[in-house]
Amino acid sequence: MANHHENQSMIAPSISLRRRGMDFLVTCAAGGAVVLVLLPLGAVFGYLVYKGVGSINLAFLTETPKPPGETGGGMANAIAGSSLILLLGSLVGVPVGIGAGVYLAEYGRNRLGNLIRFTADVLNGVPSIIVGIVAYGLVVLTQGHFSALAGGVALAIMMIPTITRTTEEMLLLVPNSVREAAYGLGVPRWRTTLSITLRTATSGVITGVMLAFARVAGETAPLLFTAFGNQFWNWKVNQPTAALPLQIFTYAISPYDDWHKQAWAGALILIILIVFSVSAVRFVASRGMLKGAN
Amino acid sequence: MPGPQPVPSAVEKIDARSHPRLLEGVGAGEFADRIFYVTMLACGLSVLALVALIIYELSTKSAITWHAFGWKFFFDSDWDPVNEVYGAWPFVYGTLVSSLLALIIAVPLGVGVAVFITEMSPRWLRTPLAFTTELLAAIPSVIYGLWAIFVLVPILRDDIEPALGKYLGWTGLFTGTPYGIGMLAAGVILAIMVVPIISSITREVMTAVPQQQREAVLALGATRWEMIRVGVLRNARAGIFGGVILGLGRALGETMAVTMVIGNRPEISKSLFAPGYTMASVIANEFSEATSDKYLSALIEVGLALFIVTIIVNIFAQILVWTVTRGTPARAHG
Amino acid sequence: MGVGVKVEKLNAWYGKSQALYDITMQAQANHATALIGPSGCGKSTFVRCLNRMHETVPDARADGKVLVGDLSVYNGTTAVQIRRRIGMVFQKPNPFPTMSIYDNVAAGLKLNGFRDHHRLDEIVERSLKHAALWDEVKDTVRKKSGASLSGGQQQRLCIARALAVEPEVLLMDEPCSALDPISTGKIEELIFQLKEKYTIVIVTHNMQQASRVAEFTGFFLLGRLIEFDKTEKIFTTPSDKRTEDYITGRFG
Repeated sequence: MANHHENQSMIAPSISLRRRGMDFLVTCAAGGAVVLVLLPLGAVFGYLVYKGVGSINLAFLTETPKPPGETGGGMANAIAGSSLILLLGSLVGVPVGIGAGVYLAEYGRNRLGNLIRFTADVLNGVPSIIVGIVAYGLVVLTQGHFSALAGGVALAIMMIPTITRTTEEMLLLVPNSVREAAYGLGVPRWRTTLSITLRTATSGVITGVMLAFARVAGETAPLLFTAFGNQFWNWKVNQPTAALPLQIFTYAISPYDDWHKQAWAGALILIILIVFSVSAVRFVASRGMLKGAN
Repeated sequence: MPGPQPVPSAVEKIDARSHPRLLEGVGAGEFADRIFYVTMLACGLSVLALVALIIYELSTKSAITWHAFGWKFFFDSDWDPVNEVYGAWPFVYGTLVSSLLALIIAVPLGVGVAVFITEMSPRWLRTPLAFTTELLAAIPSVIYGLWAIFVLVPILRDDIEPALGKYLGWTGLFTGTPYGIGMLAAGVILAIMVVPIISSITREVMTAVPQQQREAVLALGATRWEMIRVGVLRNARAGIFGGVILGLGRALGETMAVTMVIGNRPEISKSLFAPGYTMASVIANEFSEATSDKYLSALIEVGLALFIVTIIVNIFAQILVWTVTRGTPARAHG
Repeated sequence: MGVGVKVEKLNAWYGKSQALYDITMQAQANHATALIGPSGCGKSTFVRCLNRMHETVPDARADGKVLVGDLSVYNGTTAVQIRRRIGMVFQKPNPFPTMSIYDNVAAGLKLNGFRDHHRLDEIVERSLKHAALWDEVKDTVRKKSGASLSGGQQQRLCIARALAVEPEVLLMDEPCSALDPISTGKIEELIFQLKEKYTIVIVTHNMQQASRVAEFTGFFLLGRLIEFDKTEKIFTTPSDKRTEDYITGRFG
């Protein structure tokens, strides 16, 4: 593709002005589209840093929210709550997702495998608010109250299909000769899958897990009526729990200036968390997913 | 082929001795193999179970309103929880209009970005550009909402909407007081969120178009744009359309950012400046306040409808993308 | 010490198509037996049947009688246990990419629950010595990854890995086809030394290699064992016309 320019200049004399004008216009339009898309990206990050940095302080990171209208306080309990919910979600979602990915890659070359593969893609496209309704019906209604557990279940349901498909992809990248080497030594199949195949694909699988984690870390909709939110500290799995995205939402639509500032600060913390995990993934991946596997 | 039998007599003796071995007594792991297989299978089946669970939860818990209103539920405009009368048409309308608006803005941008990255950009710029546009998809919805409330909405209210009203007011789409908050804001923020999906799928299918297609067109003396149009876009159009539909699926189900800027009023207005409401937003706002069984059922029925629509849209999109990236070339005639 | 291998009426299939027809032959203990023939003739399938690697391919199956020493391969024992007694070296070197040299060699024992670290150290060193790799890697055995070695070293690492589980028979499926002539020479030299302790069955498309390393040679064609005899006899006075055609280069 690098030689398009040469091609073009070689044949240029035979091309009419109108056609060249069109070519120029389209190039400008495509470039313009890039600028128009990068503009909001820059604006979002710019505002996050500009509004957020000034509002992050010790109180924000260590205190719980003040009653409506009072200034001060912070989102410490929401940060803790988010960690709790994400931990619960990962505890369920990561092993099940990896297991399903292993099934698809190692045993799933059949109709059941195709069905699961297809269903995972379907599940991936289910709006997060719907997942919230299901977690509500499953956990909140049975327990009788909102809880961190319900939020964790909602996030787990969202993590599973993503992790499943990336795990499968990464395991399929492991050359079959590596599996054969282990079988040839008399290593049983389960041991080969765990200690050889999965281990060879570890960094790729971790990438998938981190991406799923980053995706659900900012999810708000499925937490609205599962984790629900809480003004106070809570470490109990079966109690309503604050979460960073929920708190950002509540504060953003509130009428108080101080809460708006805190919403920006919370958003900055959240995005740092997400960008950090995504770029950690990029780093790990560039360090050689499956290095030397071929 | 009845060849002569091999001659075993060539071998003088077979040593049949065995000696004590390092792994003597180590099991063959057949039982462990079985356990492992069943566990992995259970994980795989859980994916099926989850979708079944979603369908079960949504359909059983929305039975009350389904029996009370039937299909009328989706076409009636009256949403009145106080009198227990539920019609979801304003939400259906709001969802469709905000998503279509988003696509109208996002499709040219997304395709433009993809064309620029795959066909025009210098090689060194490709990866950073692709990474940056993909970063847009990593920003959580609630942060887009926050940004929209405090940055986008004021710009729309003070600059863009007055201008649109002045020059395009005659269309009827841009009339009334420019509040900033409303259908237009929802469409714009959705567009920003949908662009990375459209552009990444478009890039994927454009890269899948074989290089020979490009060279064949260039060899006929085409300009770069003609090459892209004839050699690339035409071959990739089914996949690009799939990307657009995938973007639509995302827009339909998007909740937080829309809820924060659309105004949340179950009204139907021709003007895009007016507030609206979407299916996802009404669930987000009213679910935890729904006190009566019928109210909850109505909200869950909205959820069921949203679920079915997004599923159909996503499956359709998957099939379209698949025809370009994995299947045979989209079509032979051109 | 190696043990002999005795094969009677072995048939193998991939799905519906038959790959081997009634193979009957014997490989003598502590000798090398070479299998030659044009590509697709079934020689690789045959060795993969000896340690039941054949059945890891979806839809593939085999039946017949294979005795390794006093152990019946297709009767009364599991594929996993068979493979611990019959080592295999593959066409392309396939060290475990994420493991160090040491862990590669120890893998067969460790992954089967062998935990005695002192003996493990000893076995790793001995196996690498037997594979003529120890001197080249002894300083970096725990630090360097198996994948960082050269192709020839990787193949010797794979041999050491197979030797570490102390098999009685070593199957080699075109072990030199991905290697340069110097590495090939080293492996051939190695085969000579290994014969003292192991029974070797080697598949090769290279007739000179067969005549250099093996006492016995079998010629395969279209899934059948056409002729099996002392190597000398096969290459000088073959009794079958097809063998003669092949070794004189008239086809294949």
